Amino acid sequence: MSDAPSSHDFGLSIKPVETLESVVIRFAGDSGDGIQLTGSQFTAASAAAGNDTATFPDYPAEIRAPVGTLAGVSGFQLHFSSKDILTPGDRADVLVVMNPAALAAHKKWLKPGGVLIANADSFTQKNLLMAGYAENPLESDALADYQLFKVDLSRLTGQALEGMGLSAKEIERCKNYFALGMVFWLFERNTDIIEDEINQKFASKPTMRDANHKVFQAGWNFGENTELFAIRYRVPAAQDIPPGRYRSVSGNEAVALGLVAASVQSGRQLFLGSYPITPATDILHSLATYKEFGVKTFQAEDEIAGICSAIGAAFGNALAITTTSGPGVALKTEAMGLAVMTELPLVIVNVQRGGPSTGLPTKTEQADLLQAIYGRNGESPMPVIAARSASDAFDSAFEACRIAIKYRTPVMLLTDGYIANGAEPWQIPRVDTLPTIDANLLTSVEQLGGEKLLPYLRDPTTLARPWIELGHPGLEHRIGGLEKWDKTGHIAYDPQNHHNMVKLRQAKVDAMVQEIPATNILGAESGELLVVTWGSPWGSARTAVRDLIDQGKSVSHVSLRWLNPLPPDLGDVLKRFGTILVPEINNGQLIKLLRDKYLIDCKGYNRIAGLPITVAEIKQAVLDHLPS
Amino acid sequence: MTELNRVDLKAKDFQSDQEVRWCPGCGDYAILAGVQRALAKQGIPPHKVVTIAGIGCSSRFPYYMSTYGFHTIHGRAPAIASGLKIARPDLQVWVATGDGDSLSIGGNHFIHVLRRNVDLKILMFNNKIYGLTKGQFSPTSEFGKKTKSSPFGSVDHPFYPVQLAVGAEAAFVGRFIDVDAKVGGDVLAAAAAFKGTAFIEILQNCVIFNDGAWDDLAQKEFRADRTILLEHGKPMIYGQKRDKGIRLVGTRPEIFTIGENGLTEADAWVHDAHDTDPTRAFLLGRMEWPEFPSPMGVLRSNPRPVFDQLLCDQVTEIQKTKKADLQKLLDGRNSWVVGA
Repeated sequence: MSDAPSSHDFGLSIKPVETLESVVIRFAGDSGDGIQLTGSQFTAASAAAGNDTATFPDYPAEIRAPVGTLAGVSGFQLHFSSKDILTPGDRADVLVVMNPAALAAHKKWLKPGGVLIANADSFTQKNLLMAGYAENPLESDALADYQLFKVDLSRLTGQALEGMGLSAKEIERCKNYFALGMVFWLFERNTDIIEDEINQKFASKPTMRDANHKVFQAGWNFGENTELFAIRYRVPAAQDIPPGRYRSVSGNEAVALGLVAASVQSGRQLFLGSYPITPATDILHSLATYKEFGVKTFQAEDEIAGICSAIGAAFGNALAITTTSGPGVALKTEAMGLAVMTELPLVIVNVQRGGPSTGLPTKTEQADLLQAIYGRNGESPMPVIAARSASDAFDSAFEACRIAIKYRTPVMLLTDGYIANGAEPWQIPRVDTLPTIDANLLTSVEQLGGEKLLPYLRDPTTLARPWIELGHPGLEHRIGGLEKWDKTGHIAYDPQNHHNMVKLRQAKVDAMVQEIPATNILGAESGELLVVTWGSPWGSARTAVRDLIDQGKSVSHVSLRWLNPLPPDLGDVLKRFGTILVPEINNGQLIKLLRDKYLIDCKGYNRIAGLPITVAEIKQAVLDHLPS
Repeated sequence: MTELNRVDLKAKDFQSDQEVRWCPGCGDYAILAGVQRALAKQGIPPHKVVTIAGIGCSSRFPYYMSTYGFHTIHGRAPAIASGLKIARPDLQVWVATGDGDSLSIGGNHFIHVLRRNVDLKILMFNNKIYGLTKGQFSPTSEFGKKTKSSPFGSVDHPFYPVQLAVGAEAAFVGRFIDVDAKVGGDVLAAAAAFKGTAFIEILQNCVIFNDGAWDDLAQKEFRADRTILLEHGKPMIYGQKRDKGIRLVGTRPEIFTIGENGLTEADAWVHDAHDTDPTRAFLLGRMEWPEFPSPMGVLRSNPRPVFDQLLCDQVTEIQKTKKADLQKLLDGRNSWVVGA
């Protein structure tokens, strides 16, 4: 670690320090309490201190559910470590609760013996009733299993702001910075980053800026001066992280960056047609700010117009994207078929959430895999790839664009709510190492060498048709959703031609196996059990399998980026293991594909709770299936 | 659009090599020929023009044009055309659609494209029937219409397309009858020259499923008495003998006979196509035979900022002051170095 100072600017602490390898901390409060902000700022400080980090924001669908209710509780979990970590942690070592509802809703995530910091001021009769408590748990032995720290956050915040002339409401809104100051003290975090953040965030509101500075410092001082806290904790900088430049990135940010990178590397203007939907909207937000890269974002009137505008832009030779979540994919289905039929490059990003219907908008799930692969009318094959983590979402988005352009095809990129909103350190790629993407446009009649223009002529290795740049004389052509004659692209109702074209469109997707590298196996190349994951369970599965290997178990792990087509060597890999275990946050979808394709029985681990699958769950599932 | 150099062109330069397959006698033939003539007249070559259609009889249009073309999916042509126009503002984009395609399944895209004022020419072939699915009532079919799906008469109240368009903030509204080559040519030329969404309702005859739907207006012997050709800045006078006028009594249009009751040509409503207030255009959208002569020509031509232009300008403006540095973007605001 080079630029990770360990001192802070509020003076040195005199209290003793205990060193820990990893800590999982969870903040919980009303959705108006600034919990997500508090969590992400603590994350930024931890990352800057050289820790590996992984986060899990857990927030309600309502923007501001009634204050003090269980429905309105927003949570943010951060795992920070001196080791390389892959998950936000199964359960928390430290839980900070802003009110009784937060305690009631999130106590289950705190490890027995864990540190519980409660805003005691908020444990009023009214709030206790709303949270379902008959009596105040802070005053009984109900929390005897935990190290309880009662802090009068509201009162102390008010004291710190005395004389500033702020309203009670404004004072109340500052209390998250008191909590943040306190945990900064508790975990020796450098405070510079927060000072900067407050200056930026409240640049236009100097009073609130000064207030939050004061409150943050008061929180830190409280930690140092109170007799409540006897020791501080130190999580040293991680040593096993590959050298390089890092930043914190969420999955949605990483997707947006990957798309821009693909635009630059392909020389195609980026067009996004999108309709706001949780949890995908942040991709639209990010891309809307990247105008210096020529990015054009179109907030369409609905999901259908989102994808249709993108198809129009693709016809006009842009790198065209539409971003959405499951319900939006359902609406875009017919248009996806049009993109399959017209063989235009298009990337559809599905940030999966709990379904069916409106389902669980803010919770994570992996239940759109079969929709992605099969969910269109007719034989409508489409490549599908999935990101396994926030940082992997950059590479996955770039790959989706590369495939879309190279094969002239719509590509579905799957992420999920957990990847989208969770943040982790990302080793920033050097731009000069990024591959270029050859758009290989047909731009003039001379390129035809005297031959007639055939809009559906095939490249022999990719089976891709030409991407014809509009606006050139002699290249005028017509495409559409009706079945095409091979090569000419004219309307065709011929039976044999339809049969051939159905097979051809499938062969084109099948040909993409040439893009898939050899399957990377964590652990032995053969053995008793192989855990196969796709998407976000990667982190938990990797962690679980690593631990089990350390315990001498015969377990390996494979994570799939490519889901359609599947990797060409996957069948051989599966056959080398006695048992195949497939953990998914759905009712068993990849498992169907594997059984269908390889005629191998697989075991599922399916927990569909709107939450990431934990390390402990996967370990237990592996142990349940290992021969005793 | 400096790129669109005018050249000498003939209507046949806009004909594709595909056999036209509408029913014999279909009104679409006349519309196709009219559009090809209008395009030749404006002098923009076929390779700078794109024709986009949804689904329905009208939507076969792109196959018969020598321009770039896209036959898309039902109702979505305005959305696809919007994306194309944003990506490629250098091309002129025409949309062919029908009453079912644009006002029923595509109603949402229709109103939003008009609201945004994307630079598209939208030709809506209104035959008041679903033709390609063989004869069901459409959103413009008259109340009580007996069709295969409404054997006892439709209980659906119809749209007035011009009113809908004006209500959706349409900047340009034109209207003509498929067989009226003269007015059609003028309206198409005005639409071609207009910057922004130009919506044209074309009263089109479906010979198979709704034959004669517009006969009351289209027949030569009635046309002058039952339609009124609107010309900007001119009083609304019509009739074979040019003896009838429309005047406004408050906000109510009223027919009068010139020379009777002391009313003269000077009392007639003077058509102002550029009126920024949409109220009078809205009134025109409600004037239909037999209560009134049906208005034809350019009903509204009120230029206002164009969506695709605004969107592209925003990008260009930011590019002037901000350098596109991918490494800087990827690095973000808060990065740190591990190792050395």
